[in-house]
Amino acid sequence: MTQPLALRADAEALASPLPALLAEAEHLATAVLLGEHGRRRAGLGDTFWQYRPAQDHDEVRNIDWRRSGRSDATFVQDKEWQIAQSVILWVDQAASMRFASTDDLPTKATRARTLALATAILLIRGGERVGLTGLRAPPRRGEAQLEKLAALLSNDDTTDYGMPESQGMLPHSRAVFVSDFLDDITPIQDALTRAADRGVRGVILQVLDPQEEAFPFDGRTIFESMTGQIKHETLKAGDLRDRYLTRLAERKDLLSTLARATGWQFTTHHTNTTATQALLWLYQALERHA
Amino acid sequence: MFAIGPIGFTAPWLLLGLVALPILWLLLRAVPPAPTRRRFPGVALLLGLTDDQTQSDRTPWWLLLLRILAVAAVILAFAGPVLNPQEDRAGTGPLLIIADGTWADARDWQNRTDRIEALFEEAGRTARTTAVVTLTDLPAETQFRSADVTARRIPNLQPHPWEPDAQALTDWIETLPGSFDTIWLSDGLARESRNTLLTGLEDFGGVSVFQSPRQTIGLRPARFEDGKVIVSAARTPVGNAMTATITAMGLDPSGVERALATIDLDFAAGEPVAENALVLPPELRNRITRFEQSGTRSAGAVSLVDDALRRREVALISGAGDREGLELLSPLYYLREALAPTADLIDGTIEDLLLANPDVIILADVATLAGADASGIIEWVENGGMLLRFAGPRLAASDIGRQEEDPLLPVRLRDGGRSVGGAMSWGEPKALAPFSEGSPFFGLQVPDDVTVNAQVMAQPDPTLADRVIAQLADGTPLVTRKTVGEGQIVLFHVTANAEWSSLPLSGLFVQMLERLAVSTRAMAPTDAELAGTTWLPQQVLDAFGRLSDGSSLQGVAGETIIESKPGANLQPGLYASGDNRLALNVIAPDQTLATAQWPARIRVEGLAVAAATSLKGVLLLWALLLLYVDVMASLAIGGRLRGPRADVAAALFAAFLLAPTYADAQDDFALRATTQVVLGHVLTGNATVDDTAAAGLTGLSQTLFRRTSIEPASPIGVDIETDELAFFPFLYWPVTADQPVPSREAYARLNRYLRSGGMILFDTRDADTARFGSSSPEGRKLQTIARSLDIPALSPIPDDHVLTRAFYLLQDFPGRYASRDVWVEAAPIDAERAEGMPFRNLNDGVTPVVIGGNDWAKAWAVDQYGDRMFPVGRGQAGERQREFAYRFGVNLIMHVLTGNYKSDQVHVPDLLDRLGQ
Repeated sequence: MTQPLALRADAEALASPLPALLAEAEHLATAVLLGEHGRRRAGLGDTFWQYRPAQDHDEVRNIDWRRSGRSDATFVQDKEWQIAQSVILWVDQAASMRFASTDDLPTKATRARTLALATAILLIRGGERVGLTGLRAPPRRGEAQLEKLAALLSNDDTTDYGMPESQGMLPHSRAVFVSDFLDDITPIQDALTRAADRGVRGVILQVLDPQEEAFPFDGRTIFESMTGQIKHETLKAGDLRDRYLTRLAERKDLLSTLARATGWQFTTHHTNTTATQALLWLYQALERHA
Repeated sequence: MFAIGPIGFTAPWLLLGLVALPILWLLLRAVPPAPTRRRFPGVALLLGLTDDQTQSDRTPWWLLLLRILAVAAVILAFAGPVLNPQEDRAGTGPLLIIADGTWADARDWQNRTDRIEALFEEAGRTARTTAVVTLTDLPAETQFRSADVTARRIPNLQPHPWEPDAQALTDWIETLPGSFDTIWLSDGLARESRNTLLTGLEDFGGVSVFQSPRQTIGLRPARFEDGKVIVSAARTPVGNAMTATITAMGLDPSGVERALATIDLDFAAGEPVAENALVLPPELRNRITRFEQSGTRSAGAVSLVDDALRRREVALISGAGDREGLELLSPLYYLREALAPTADLIDGTIEDLLLANPDVIILADVATLAGADASGIIEWVENGGMLLRFAGPRLAASDIGRQEEDPLLPVRLRDGGRSVGGAMSWGEPKALAPFSEGSPFFGLQVPDDVTVNAQVMAQPDPTLADRVIAQLADGTPLVTRKTVGEGQIVLFHVTANAEWSSLPLSGLFVQMLERLAVSTRAMAPTDAELAGTTWLPQQVLDAFGRLSDGSSLQGVAGETIIESKPGANLQPGLYASGDNRLALNVIAPDQTLATAQWPARIRVEGLAVAAATSLKGVLLLWALLLLYVDVMASLAIGGRLRGPRADVAAALFAAFLLAPTYADAQDDFALRATTQVVLGHVLTGNATVDDTAAAGLTGLSQTLFRRTSIEPASPIGVDIETDELAFFPFLYWPVTADQPVPSREAYARLNRYLRSGGMILFDTRDADTARFGSSSPEGRKLQTIARSLDIPALSPIPDDHVLTRAFYLLQDFPGRYASRDVWVEAAPIDAERAEGMPFRNLNDGVTPVVIGGNDWAKAWAVDQYGDRMFPVGRGQAGERQREFAYRFGVNLIMHVLTGNYKSDQVHVPDLLDRLGQ
């Protein structure tokens, strides 16, 4: 009899961050919904878009007689285009994302999840289908999908650095990759080119902690990765700063070049700036290709 | 004890630890600073990066040095270093301890007895016999006894306010037995007897001297010069510039002794003497009984005041009319000349003069007095006045005192009088007889050239013989005196000018007036003046400068007083002879002080017992400081001063640096608030309101400065949670809706402030929208704040409240808004208006609170250029309202500072006049 109870307790514990994550993401999303709306094109849909003079190919039953009665010409009601896109999210859930340099800042993982989920909310409200890479959650629409996404995004990986999966990507869909991209770049390169080959376009969002940008260390230091598996000892950390920063800049440059070559969009987001800024960028970057 | 130079060590073996320091150096050098472990996801990017240099794996040399120094300081500290360690005073045989025991010792007599006690303890340990002697109180026989027996005498040792007598010292040395060592506790002043005594004592054995190099100040007697009291003092050793504060003590009108005036004597650097002049009104000056240096217990710091500073008030009245041009014939001319240097002369009608209550009234050739004047004078004489009359043509021609004794004449007079030695008479002009023993003039030399040509004659009478105090060579009375009540009436049977005798031309005249205490001498008395007088000690000084009753001591002959120095038989103090008083001070008028110099062979040590200073604490403190610096430096080198925990380190660093400055800030605040009158405003935490309040009080302060004698400094913002409130007579409290309610301690302070006479003006600043009692947010806040305050029952300002007339006559109290709702402490219920009075006799004291909402600060506020900051009303009417706001402020501060002064009914006539009723 204890087993179901324990299971239930575990499930509750697991689910408890979800409403918070969802709520936070929705809060973030509402800020954007006020600004941008709709597809702004005539097409298939439910909402009114515009009246236009009836053409020859228009069926008679499509003619809006109420509007046509006020003038000599006949008019047809256009609906706003509401075609569904599939958007696949990949959010790095590895240990390296669970880093925050001070107590005031959120961890990179928190920020990445919030941004991804907020994007998902926006997209689902806009009528798109949203899913996760790796066949975990195929693209669906509707609020139920949001719950599922939230649950899946809350999982933590035990590995040090995450690796994107290109499985489960539908051809000509959109993709959002969120990570710190600090690890070896080769798997990411592979995943990106493979996705581009299938006609997938998307955005790369690099989330970094301000300390990772500044490298404010000095003296004899042993640097450890978040799981402690990778170590690096130095006697004068201050001397490493320039070389570290160069490497970081190279990494960003590489990602940027990669994105340009594949027709993706790339930006870096820092956890000490506001999330809304990043969300706006994400939304507009996706919008550009829609 | 192991010693290096002036530093000795109690545990010298610990110093061997210093040898270990180089080893420590090597050890510390070999150990690099511990690494920091940091979680950092960017480590993936670091992989493969190597260090360019490997320098930092060794501790830097300066850090090593710091640590070595710290450890060295600890080792030295625990080795027990002592600065100026006390040497054991090895010695055998009897030990004589002498102390000067003069007034200069009195200031630190306790230190001296402690020192003597310490010496006895030491002597007791080595079983030496001892004796102790003070040079001002020499024993007939000096006996050496065991130390514990002699130590019992220590409480009996007392300093005396005089110097050792040289003759007595030589006699005393003769009586000393055997051989002994001497320890001499010197008072530090040079005197001639020292060398004789020193050589005398050196014949018996070794002499060592204790003498502390502190400064001794001797206050000289004050003297009177050109209407000013000159106070001067001498000092030794002559050092840097310093200031001594001298207080003039005396009785106030109610007979209580208090400080009447203070004066600073500024010794310039290198100057042995300082002098300053004190100007005082005669009434105050005559009441001074002594000067003393504040805070010094020594007879040398006290100078008693005798008649030299006193100036009597003498009223001069002459019967003769104004004989213009005949100055030398005026009956008062010689009196004026004789008295002007030493007395304050006043003129006027008898009625006015009696109101002034002078010490002496001189009637020169006045025969009859009006009835009221006569009775007034009699009453005044009975109360201790002295009436001095001179004869003259009018008195001789009148018939008063012929049949019976006139109450205002000491004797009956014969008709006419007599004239001798003139062109129309027989005989020679008469000379004066020597003064008899009972006369106040006894002892004065009678010059040969004083002659009398004419006089009024006394009627022979049984009482006449007692009343004559001076007579001519032929036995006729020249001066007669009788006592009436507490006063006396004296008649000179000659004129006060040179018409009847040459007496007023002689010096004797002045001396006689002085003996009669009509005048007082300005200079020190001479032998001749004191000859034949006996002076009784009234109060005597002890060495500590305390006065005690001296009436049990013997009287002293006048010659002794002037010739001898103070001694056991002539104690310093205040002596009296008849009505004259003479002060015998420890310091003579021209005395200078010098520091005692000792021959090089004599060992001179400081007096302080605790000259041995342990350095352990200082060294440990330094070690701690060094270790602290080491902590900070290590953190800096290890990179821990930057990065995530840097804020903690910085806070520690700041706390360390800032802690000692706290007390200074407090003192600063107190000084700023108390050196001048300062208006305060309560800080609300709202910067705009606080700035406005400060600007408002600045404007009010400037107005007060311009219009009244209140001259406040610039206002101060007061944090009621931390600052002391007692410095401020007045607090302005702008109430904001969001200010925090004061803490319990702040309430306690506020209540104490209100109870002890402070005033708070609460300003809700909402009179434009709310009435008092209605609920604006500020009003509600005020209610919350005031709930725990000790505020009495309130009422709107009544028409006759003292605030309406403390400086200006006001009926409205506008600020930026002109609401009439201003509340103060309610008047008592039984206050009633007296008949014909414009206001009631209201409660005493100052209302502790004034509550209103007129936003006074905005009406008062001026910016840094003195311009108005906020508009009030419209146009001319608005400026008038602002003017009334300032007037209210002036009245308020006046009320705070002067209380209910204007409530006094004395001001009724003036106020009625100003009110135009």
